[in-house]
Amino acid sequence: MNIDFSVITNNLDAITHGFGITLGTWLAGTALALMLGLAISVLQLYCSRPIRMGLRAYIEIVRGTPFLIQLFLLYYGGPSIGLELDPVPAGTLGLAIYGSAYFAEIFRGGFNSIPKGQLEAATCLGLTRWQAIYRIKLPQMLIIIVPALTNMIIILSKETAVLSVITVPELTGVLTGIGTASFAFMEILIVLCLGYLALVELTSHVGHWVERRVGRFMLR
Amino acid sequence: MRDSLLGIAASLALVGQTHPKYLGVMINLSTTLQSLPLLLDAALITISISLVTLVFGFLLGIVVCAMRLSASPLLRTLALIHVRFFRGVPLLVQLLMLYYLLPSIGLNLSSMAAAIIAVSICESAYVGEILRGGFLGIAPGQLEAARMLGLGRISTVLRIQLPQAMRLSVSSLTSEMIILIKVSSLVSVIGVTELTRTAQNIAASTYRPLESYFMAGLIYFVINGIVAWLGMLGEKRLSKAHQS
Repeated sequence: MNIDFSVITNNLDAITHGFGITLGTWLAGTALALMLGLAISVLQLYCSRPIRMGLRAYIEIVRGTPFLIQLFLLYYGGPSIGLELDPVPAGTLGLAIYGSAYFAEIFRGGFNSIPKGQLEAATCLGLTRWQAIYRIKLPQMLIIIVPALTNMIIILSKETAVLSVITVPELTGVLTGIGTASFAFMEILIVLCLGYLALVELTSHVGHWVERRVGRFMLR
Repeated sequence: MRDSLLGIAASLALVGQTHPKYLGVMINLSTTLQSLPLLLDAALITISISLVTLVFGFLLGIVVCAMRLSASPLLRTLALIHVRFFRGVPLLVQLLMLYYLLPSIGLNLSSMAAAIIAVSICESAYVGEILRGGFLGIAPGQLEAARMLGLGRISTVLRIQLPQAMRLSVSSLTSEMIILIKVSSLVSVIGVTELTRTAQNIAASTYRPLESYFMAGLIYFVINGIVAWLGMLGEKRLSKAHQS
């Protein structure tokens, strides 16, 4: 099999656009998922039992079903209940929902790792509930949860490939499209692998850097 | 666990309510309920794919782990590249790669065979790392003690290290099985008619995507709930056997 990269260079515009969509859906989806996850975990701490059980069910359902099925439900099933989304917003929302359940669990683990006595001390010192979360809990739990967060963000970066199934024109979709048109699968797949490996390695490096920063901040 | 069972019960109640007598305006499960046997058959295929890839993944994972812990730098590097690659590239890309590339080098595999090979190899990278963690978790004092007692290298591995590493990884078996059941939905993309693909077909023929994907999701959820429950039972039994 001879390898000829002209297929790649000829379609460079489409490929960079696809990579841009991969990055965009990933970053937007992750940001949304982080916010949703944090909100869910904080609500789980302070809300009444029915709401807690509802949130628990949400987390269990999202974690117990495949991402692909969630995407299908959102994109193909959504119109039946009046939710019509274009592929890219549907994919981003899907990523956000999928990630939020996992992030919520990570945050919950972090919150639970802070001893209760500290919160009692905070209340004794006259800190409000939100001050206690913001000033006492969050900074301490960060150091514990950063590795798990990085891991999940990496998983989300790989899940963006699945968005190609609901016709989001991201890296995998664009490149397999070029592949089926030109039969140059080897070249296509080399670029695909390099693209995702670069994304994953970069994220894990950033994760390590953040881990060190947060660790230094905590040890003082 | 109790909450997830409650969730299952609630979902089943929802299905019960959509009996033809209570037809909703927008959500109508009756047509999809007719195709429930199809979905359940497909669920068996999903379960078998997950089980087969779990077994192959574990066998290959033992090899990967042995290579990563071996004395030879060549084997170590190869295993590291294997792990980095298969954990760094999305499984969907690996599936497409195998499915499209193999015919071009003259190998014609059925989509099922391609799916099982791709998922097993990917799983081996994850299992290899899990097992490595198990081996590294064994206190070095035990190895010294084994050497003191005159055990050879092979019997140290077989009698001291492997049983402990396996016990550690048995608890990860459950979570790996659940991950594989979810991940096996991706093989629908290369045309394997498992649960997701069947749901797609039903959605296309009944024009009711919401209901059909809802049913498929429910089946995945129930399977995963059962696997998690079985895993908990097994772990309890294992820890009891270990204590006595």
